[in-house]
Amino acid sequence: MPTKVENWKDEIYGNEIREHLMEFAEKGWDAIPDDEHDAWFERFKWWGLYHQRKGQESYFMMRIGTPNGVLKPGQLEVVAEIADEYARGPVDNPEFGGAYCDWTTRQSIQLHWIKLEDIPEIFEKLEANDLGTQQACGDSWRNIVGCPVAGKDKHEHIDAWPVAEELHETFKGNDDYSNLPRKWKVAVTGCDQGCGQGDINDLAYEPATKEVDGEEKLGFNIRVGGGLSRKEPRFSRSIDVWVPPEQAADIGAGMSALFREYGDRDDRFNARIKFLVDEWGTEKMRDVLQEEFVDFELKTAGENMRESYTYNAGGEEHGDHVGVHEQPDGNYYVGLDVLVGRMGVDDVSELAELADEYGSGEVRLTQRQNVIVTDVDSDRLDEFLDEPLLETYSPDPHPFMRGSIACTGTEFCSLSIVETKNRQVRYARWLKDNVELPEGLTDFHIHLSGCTASCAQPQIADISLRGMKTRKDGEPVEALDIGLGGGLGENPHFADWVEMRVPADEVPGYIENLLATFEDEREEGQTFREFVAARDEDTLQDLAEAEETSYEDPYMHNTKMTWYPYADEDDMGDSPAPTDGEGNSLAPADD
Amino acid sequence: MTTDVHQLDDGAWISVNDERRINVSDLWPLARHDVCSCEIADFLVEGFAEVGVEHPDVQARVAGRCITCGTEGVTDWITVGRVIDPETGEFSPVDVTSVHVPDKRHRLAHPE
Repeated sequence: MPTKVENWKDEIYGNEIREHLMEFAEKGWDAIPDDEHDAWFERFKWWGLYHQRKGQESYFMMRIGTPNGVLKPGQLEVVAEIADEYARGPVDNPEFGGAYCDWTTRQSIQLHWIKLEDIPEIFEKLEANDLGTQQACGDSWRNIVGCPVAGKDKHEHIDAWPVAEELHETFKGNDDYSNLPRKWKVAVTGCDQGCGQGDINDLAYEPATKEVDGEEKLGFNIRVGGGLSRKEPRFSRSIDVWVPPEQAADIGAGMSALFREYGDRDDRFNARIKFLVDEWGTEKMRDVLQEEFVDFELKTAGENMRESYTYNAGGEEHGDHVGVHEQPDGNYYVGLDVLVGRMGVDDVSELAELADEYGSGEVRLTQRQNVIVTDVDSDRLDEFLDEPLLETYSPDPHPFMRGSIACTGTEFCSLSIVETKNRQVRYARWLKDNVELPEGLTDFHIHLSGCTASCAQPQIADISLRGMKTRKDGEPVEALDIGLGGGLGENPHFADWVEMRVPADEVPGYIENLLATFEDEREEGQTFREFVAARDEDTLQDLAEAEETSYEDPYMHNTKMTWYPYADEDDMGDSPAPTDGEGNSLAPADD
Repeated sequence: MTTDVHQLDDGAWISVNDERRINVSDLWPLARHDVCSCEIADFLVEGFAEVGVEHPDVQARVAGRCITCGTEGVTDWITVGRVIDPETGEFSPVDVTSVHVPDKRHRLAHPE
């Protein structure tokens, strides 16, 4: 039997949601019938709007999908203006202020505290600048990810940016693919380093060569069924198909149509295509694709480039895009570290100005929540690097600042078990100030995800942190499970979970002890990932002890029980929500 | 009126008549359960796998982990609240910190 969500989608979904959304926005929050809240909030996701968690009713997270993370000249300034004017909540965040932008692990942008009544104005401004929120959430083609420096990269074999852009234009707003059984995440990689992270996407285009009519051609091998959520992580699997770039959209149409027709609409927990790949196997997946969903003969897979993948592979070659890198045209791209992916709005404005002054005005977002200023003239590179903003968002950050990723957490998210972003900021600062770096360690990834949805991609980090609870002195406190040794590369590996339910204030002590053991016991030249891979489960569990240190954690209590974890008066009953378009409190409908 | 019950946002919460009533992330004590061998499981609620109505009770099968022993699992049906007035749909949630006793159902009750 189809789920309730499927029934709502059958009634109204996709593009047609917009006219209803605009009508509600025009009339105000109270115009949404009380008994239709859940249906409409589920549908609004398709237009990039996610109703914030309990205690924050009437406020939305708005996700702006920027394919391949590319913000064209002028667009970042628009995002900053929208955040400044519309993304301010009732209470400031103590680390980031009253308005901020989140750069996500899918190269998108998230704004919070958006009021329904402001949406028409925001959409108008976004769309006037070729930006949008369409399909940023919901059950359809999501924001296309890829190598963030596509077209500007010396390691590139195919410029993935036009391919990502073509997919974006083909499938955004396309009614044939607007109602899928679940989300559909796509990655396009054009370089030989694996920056697109295709291994953790539903559909991955990976660079490969193939002899066609006696001539060696560049194109893409197709992999299907990757994903990290719900304690069921999968790497994408080859279906033995190669396509030239000009057939990228055709194969995307075929694969997503297959998912549309055969994906599980009876159980949302079993709906992602990774489970269909489990059930069918890759051979059947290919056969059904060939027989029912494409009208050309599929070619077998070409010669891939996975052997040279260095991105997030555990070595020191290419852990991210932070730093100064020459482009093929002689200009430079400069990757800047944004701790946990969040920037205060004044800093976003300044970044837009700097990109305009020193580069082409283009800014790109990475899958590690960082930003890249592209096209910096070599003559002005040093001047750019001397800009004060780059002291905060450094192209040469400390490894603990550089490697930190965090999801949204209990600040706004219904699913999260623990506070994440502000905690990870405190972790990174404490580690930087207190923990001696093992020799040669320049890039070390610590990912904090508040729950099993894995938005911070914890399973592919050196140290994986996942939200939990435990008791300390009899009282429930926020805690984290700790995994070690995950990453991508030629042989991707999910982290092994070795320490469970560590109180959050003892995690920095654990990491300090772990790295001391690593330094003591590692073989010469051994990377952290190799060190973990060389040890069995029991040995890994004995590597280090968690302990309290000078680190202080203000978020040990149940942050989910608050209406907003950083409010002085944080009880649910103190929430001003829901509010009207001016932010004035409305009485709850059932009181 | 009928009682409209569902879990949403990847099982993050239970909605009763379009109002968010029960959330993940709390610790629920479980007795006479088969999640693990602890007499009282100290069960972290990570998601709601299924919801249903066994009138007048609203029930759920809950995914999570006993934080005492670390065992993961999905519970049998747990009563998470009661519809006090079927006419108005007025709902009273149970105190989630009280001891819950999961129950194997003899018949399925879907929320439709």
